[in-house]
Amino acid sequence: MSRILDWIDQRIPLSNTLKLHVTQYPAPKNFNFWYLMGSLALVVLVNQIVTGIWLTMSYNPSAEGAFASVEYIMRDVEYGWLLRYMHSTGASFFFIVVYLHMFRGLMYGSYQKPRELLWIFGMLIFLVLMAEAFMGYMLPWGQMSYWGAQVIISLFGTIPFGIGEALTTWIRGDYVISGATLNRFFALHVIALPLVIVILVFLHLIALHEVGSNNPDGIDLKKPKGSVKEEDKSPYEFHERYTKKYDIVDSIPFHPYYTVKDLVGLAVFLIFFAWVIFYAPTMGGQFLEPPNFEAADPMRTPEHIAPVWYFTPFYAILAAVPNPIGGVILMFGSIVLLFLMPWIDRSSVRSIRYRSGLHKANLAMLVVSFIVLGFVGALPPTELFTRIGQIFTFLYFAFFVFLFFYSKNEKTKPLPERVTK
Amino acid sequence: MSNAPVDKGRRRFLTVATSVVGGAGVVGAAVPFIVSWNPSAKARIAGAPVEVKIDKIEPGQLIRAEWRGSPVWVIRRTQDMLDSLPLIENRLRDPESNAPQQPDYARNEYRSIKPELFVAVGLCTHLGCSPQFIPRNFGVAEGVDSGFFCPCHGSRFDIAGRVFSGVPAPANLVVPPHYYIDDDTILVGAEEGAA
Repeated sequence: MSRILDWIDQRIPLSNTLKLHVTQYPAPKNFNFWYLMGSLALVVLVNQIVTGIWLTMSYNPSAEGAFASVEYIMRDVEYGWLLRYMHSTGASFFFIVVYLHMFRGLMYGSYQKPRELLWIFGMLIFLVLMAEAFMGYMLPWGQMSYWGAQVIISLFGTIPFGIGEALTTWIRGDYVISGATLNRFFALHVIALPLVIVILVFLHLIALHEVGSNNPDGIDLKKPKGSVKEEDKSPYEFHERYTKKYDIVDSIPFHPYYTVKDLVGLAVFLIFFAWVIFYAPTMGGQFLEPPNFEAADPMRTPEHIAPVWYFTPFYAILAAVPNPIGGVILMFGSIVLLFLMPWIDRSSVRSIRYRSGLHKANLAMLVVSFIVLGFVGALPPTELFTRIGQIFTFLYFAFFVFLFFYSKNEKTKPLPERVTK
Repeated sequence: MSNAPVDKGRRRFLTVATSVVGGAGVVGAAVPFIVSWNPSAKARIAGAPVEVKIDKIEPGQLIRAEWRGSPVWVIRRTQDMLDSLPLIENRLRDPESNAPQQPDYARNEYRSIKPELFVAVGLCTHLGCSPQFIPRNFGVAEGVDSGFFCPCHGSRFDIAGRVFSGVPAPANLVVPPHYYIDDDTILVGAEEGAA
């Protein structure tokens, strides 16, 4: 066995890579619930890729055949219903874990120096994931697929100077959404974007392992070499790549400690996941919307159009502005501001545990705004809901403006030397 | 191998020249990939004009036709509907139809060739949903019982497709080029006299 391993190690750095990134990778010992989301997102990604490949085997990406082929998968293909519900439920769960993962980052300041690029790679994954989900939602070619795509593609039509119209025709490959659009979205959904996501996830992880994980206390656990007494150092063996430059405290090897912890989290996650797949695959019309069980009809818009739940907060921002280009700018702006978090937050303290009450209230305001916008975006556009949408759009943006101004001279609590409970 | 000293200037020139030529090649090679996303010849031909029979439309009724894959509405408006048009002009964004959302022959108070027959592309000028025809109880003002309501973002249009102010849609509904072949038929998608 070890001779085989030696043979391999002389040709590719297998053992060394495993030590560097798994068995001798130092991870903070105080990870809590919130730190499960990253590995769960990875599991969901694998679920989407595997079930997606199987779905492609029976799906027909044409305007004439798409809707029927999805029904064929649901009724005639052995276990087709399970593969499809694993995929559609996986899409929603992907966003659940990603939103929790992002909130963790906001809460513990995981975007702050030196983790700016790590955060930006994460935001890029989020952006591509939204495109991937949008294109995937079009493939069943139901009413919501069709009209949802019509609305989203028309967003680009709001660009002035005649660029918009040419651009939307180019994206659709036709003067309206048609089979040509469906075909190219299928290609992007199953090949192009998954490749991009996998590459970005790889870069996200490389960036993570270069700077090391943040932790709920937001303090550095890699101390300058020689500054820590021998008995205070972590008693585990870490890869020399890390110990050569730093004295490492309060850390444990990723494997077996966090692999085992993540497995427990995964087991609980799978209970919820399986419950939705088997008992509530449409989740009351939230994960799969009722109009999408009707084939696309280009002549008739459903009574009420709302995107799937994970897009509704951004959709509410779009609808809050009584001017199309303004709405589009604000919607994309709401995501761009998240990209800029490392520079908007000028505090030197990372974790919410040691930041001011003002910051806690401000972050709570962001979360409440996001959730309220999520509800408003799913409801019919009455005058009252539009007004509420406008108020919370304002509060969403106010979070970033407030943060920029108070974070510079924020009254923070003293940081602990070592991690706390 | 010669031992001549390295000519850095020459080396830089060669590096830059190679990069520029290679870059031009990449741009050239990208063209077919980008252009292939344009509508195919088949899609372009499908944009031909369509005939719509109008003799069976009852007063107050809306029928739908398909042109370029988009819904086209033809409505035979009642006298009440026509009388309601001037009542709410102060609440419209473009009551005079100044924006080029219609051919010149439909740029009048009814936005149509014949006052009672209104022809429009049934897509909201906001983000392209198809608004609903509300034949009665439109509920925006006294005497105005009919209009169009877009379910996606709540834009409202009057019965001549003119947009209300304060809604997301920026412009009146598009009136497509059309003309009367005879009293019972219109052709949508072409101007009179054009081939």
